[in-house]
Amino acid sequence: MATAAEDGMVLLDFWVSPFGQRCRIALAEKGVDYEYKEENLSDKSPLLLKMNPIHKKIPVLIHHGKPICESLIIVQYIDEIWSNNPLLPSDPYERAKARFWADFVDKKVYECGTRLWKLKGEAREEDRKDMIKILKLLEGELGDKKYFGGETFGFVDVALVPFTAWFHTYEICGNFSIEKECPKLVAWAKRCMERESVSKSLHDSHKVHEFVGYLKRLFGLE
Amino acid sequence: MAAAGDHEVKLLGFWASPFVMRVSIALNLKSVGYERLDEVLGSKSEVLLKSNPVYKRIPVLIHEGKPICESMIIVEYVDEVWAGMGPSIVPSDPYDRAIARFWATYIDDKLASAIWIILGKLEGNKEEAVEQIAAMLPLLEDRFKNCSRGKDFFGGDTIGYLDIALGCYLGWIRAVEEIVGVKLLDEKKTPLLVGWSERFCVDGAVMNVMPRADDLVELSKVM
Repeated sequence: MATAAEDGMVLLDFWVSPFGQRCRIALAEKGVDYEYKEENLSDKSPLLLKMNPIHKKIPVLIHHGKPICESLIIVQYIDEIWSNNPLLPSDPYERAKARFWADFVDKKVYECGTRLWKLKGEAREEDRKDMIKILKLLEGELGDKKYFGGETFGFVDVALVPFTAWFHTYEICGNFSIEKECPKLVAWAKRCMERESVSKSLHDSHKVHEFVGYLKRLFGLE
Repeated sequence: MAAAGDHEVKLLGFWASPFVMRVSIALNLKSVGYERLDEVLGSKSEVLLKSNPVYKRIPVLIHEGKPICESMIIVEYVDEVWAGMGPSIVPSDPYDRAIARFWATYIDDKLASAIWIILGKLEGNKEEAVEQIAAMLPLLEDRFKNCSRGKDFFGGDTIGYLDIALGCYLGWIRAVEEIVGVKLLDEKKTPLLVGWSERFCVDGAVMNVMPRADDLVELSKVM
């Protein structure tokens, strides 16, 4: 079996990044071997700067020396190269829906979540309401399904599940309970954590909260 | 596969929207007949609110009663559903596909907001916005060199995903050039892009759906 170096799969990443975790989960779901390289984001490596000169951000997947950037683009690439355990459905309409909701997570969850913890002192009432609205919309899309992908773990699940490690942080910053507002979403998160690809990629939510505390002190927000 | 009848495919749009234009071009490339339902500026129709409750915005493609939203997602959908008709829009190689998707995302992140800032529709520094566009274009010139491999379009012989992603902004780029009196697409700085833009605008799939810069200038005054 080819080693990661021979197959040329390298993932430039940062331990707590939900975007990096998406890629780790996708690679694990496909059973693909790769070399993980932890970046120091305050001292970015020459490799990262060379492989992602436009954004200089992780994650970057390097396959046979060629870089792929942007987490959802990386996940789709992984899904297209390795056809086992497909993450995107085969039906074009279902694919379009999956892409839509993954894109929704990108546009809404991260940005609202960042506002929730970045704000000095108490998070604004507005942002809490926004986050609840966003999570309820996602819960509505999940419905009574096992996963967003239906019976099988799929693209939207991969897109959203890393953010569940940030739920605890959102709850503390926003002073609300996600389980109370979106019980089905929390149940879905627990089901996802039963998958090895997810449990091995995500960090404990208290560790995430500690990290956010460090960031807040760094930015003089606490 | 039978060609779709007009009633099966509807496009909720607006003549000036670059995002709607992307879908029109994709449908035209596939020779798919469709019904255009244009929104009225300043109001949102019942159909729109019902078919895109999350964002409440155009474009929405309604195919056999089912809505598909977000312009580049719709373009991929069109390419997949009508795969046997017309040219392929999305590159067939997974790496080329990833690159095309990356640049389409980059264009949407940087170009759209810069244009709206220059037009005064979004808060921001207009001079910086002009500089931002000026900084983007040489990158896209380089990208064109890499993607086109000497051919007419980013997609090669025919219009493809990245042509559609960028080309839809050409009307507004020309409008901005007129309004601000700045040349953004300059044949001295980005000759390949200028050549590409001329070919793009006269392509059969684009010609009838590309708004005239003059009309966009007038529209920007009332928006």
